[in-house]
Amino acid sequence: MSLFGKRRNVLPGFGLSLGFTLAYLGLIVLIPLSAAFIKASGLSAADFWAAVTSPRVVASYKLSFGVSLLAALVNAVFGGILAWVLVRYTFPGRRMVDALVDLPFALPTAVAGIALATIYAAPTAVAPGGWVGSWLNPIWVDGITQLAELVPWIDWQGWLGGKLAFDRPGVFLALTFVGLPFVVRTLQPVLQELEPELEEAAATLGANRWQTMTRVIFPELLPALITGFALAFARALGEYGSVVFIAGNMPMHSEITPLLIITKLEQYDYRGATAIAVVMLVASFVLLLLINLLQKWSRRYYRV
Amino acid sequence: MKIKNLLSVLFAVVIASAAAAKTVELLNVSYDPTRELYTEFNQAFAAHWKAKTGDDVNIKQSHGGSGKQARAVIDGLQADVVTLALAGDVDALHTVGRLIPADWQRRLPHDSAPYTSTIVFLVRAGNPKGIKDWDDLTKPGVAVITPNPKTSGGAQWNYLAAWEYARRKLGGDEQAKTFVRALYKNVPVLDSGARGSTTTFVQRGIGDVFISWENEAFLALKEFGADKFQIVVPSLSILAQPTVTVVDKVVKKKGTAEIAEAYLGYLYTEEGQDIAGRNFYRPAASEAAKAKYAGSFPQVELFTIDAAFGGWTKAKQAHFADGGTFDQIYQN
Repeated sequence: MSLFGKRRNVLPGFGLSLGFTLAYLGLIVLIPLSAAFIKASGLSAADFWAAVTSPRVVASYKLSFGVSLLAALVNAVFGGILAWVLVRYTFPGRRMVDALVDLPFALPTAVAGIALATIYAAPTAVAPGGWVGSWLNPIWVDGITQLAELVPWIDWQGWLGGKLAFDRPGVFLALTFVGLPFVVRTLQPVLQELEPELEEAAATLGANRWQTMTRVIFPELLPALITGFALAFARALGEYGSVVFIAGNMPMHSEITPLLIITKLEQYDYRGATAIAVVMLVASFVLLLLINLLQKWSRRYYRV
Repeated sequence: MKIKNLLSVLFAVVIASAAAAKTVELLNVSYDPTRELYTEFNQAFAAHWKAKTGDDVNIKQSHGGSGKQARAVIDGLQADVVTLALAGDVDALHTVGRLIPADWQRRLPHDSAPYTSTIVFLVRAGNPKGIKDWDDLTKPGVAVITPNPKTSGGAQWNYLAAWEYARRKLGGDEQAKTFVRALYKNVPVLDSGARGSTTTFVQRGIGDVFISWENEAFLALKEFGADKFQIVVPSLSILAQPTVTVVDKVVKKKGTAEIAEAYLGYLYTEEGQDIAGRNFYRPAASEAAKAKYAGSFPQVELFTIDAAFGGWTKAKQAHFADGGTFDQIYQN
């Protein structure tokens, strides 16, 4: 009987804890999200389509998804190096650096945005520019000009932005800033668990350092790295507060999708705003699902 | 019996003392540049109300982009009165929020606009780019600062003033669109409200000319020094009428109708008008205040939104709604 009946878990309390989990998820995540879907469903299919595919909105998707992806990738690389340094080396001030990593979590994003805009502001006729912007912005402008001369058939200024703050690079800076802790904090525990014996074993078996790195250490880190990347990416997609202060917010060029949602709200177009929100939700969900699958695959592929 | 009497006496004493020391709270939801105006006006009104009724009044202020403020009230911010940048935003309290009746603008004199203002240019000292009129803002190499008209009431006045100038000078709406497109090509940053743009222009030093509320331009001169900036008055500008109203549903609930109406009414008195003038708003009601401050405001030809654009509803639909001219000038 019991063989074909209910399969019993060794650990008791499964029913209770699953019930609790679902109720909690429903209350905290599903109910607010479904409100967005219900509000958007007040639109006819044609109106919905018009709201989510107008040129300005489409331009903002490209910017939001593109720059979020780029920022998450950069964070994956440099956050990975940072985590490595923090775990593997001891140096004076290590604890300080470790604590600094969490700051983007804690800082109100508007403060981050204003600070970044102030630091990266370009010098003008009447203002000296920010600490970094005063010397880096001319280099950036020079670089874009030279690129445009070398490869004139690509609109470099349109793609990369003609200046640092109040343009596309500003969006990238803000998103990189808010995403950094995610990669570091997901990698750190995995790195700490990684036993040095593994590397020693690899060495005794005749692997050189490069082989040890790419075939022993990296496969162990990859799942955590992908998780960190996904978190940083998701955070960047939803970020609003810091970006609007440094993006310049030019229509068709440096407007992020969350800003368009706010703009629609201010025009009392609640349905249009939720329509865009729904598109972002679905797209983010699909992307995160894909990243999760990728992570699962990487685990299986390397573990065999 | 005795106890009951005693209780009722006690009750009466409590009521009476409460009535004697009554403090009324009032919330005025306003737009960005009126901070200084209402700080001064609130003090004057509180003194006036105390003298008249013996009650204390505690007036709270809220400032932000005009459109955003209207939405906050619609979404439930308990404003007794709103004093917003344009009639179009107050109108939303009726059309979207159903908080006030349709004829709200006829309830107070001068279309519910106790003071008016206009749009002028603020340029850097010495006017290095030689800005004289709207045409100069479309020239290559001139950087223009103005907020996003989708979110800022002030920016809508700016946009419409530029449009009407071009329409009169160049002959039609198509030409005006080309003109405004060229002007916005020169805009490097679109802030969401008027104060954000002031910061961009004044603190960050971005831009050669700032299209600004007249009162905001005067305030910038006063705060940051006349040696850093100067005001340029274009040949034509728009008569900006910031409008005020009592929010009927809220005052009914809070029982503050009487004082809210007195508060707005006080804007039309000699003292209210004088405070407006002192804070660089053009008095609309009092002849004495008009005469007193006539010298401090530049002479400029002004047109009204009703005459040029057929009112706010039409102007918003044609220019700032989704797919309107402001979207069009960025899309091709």
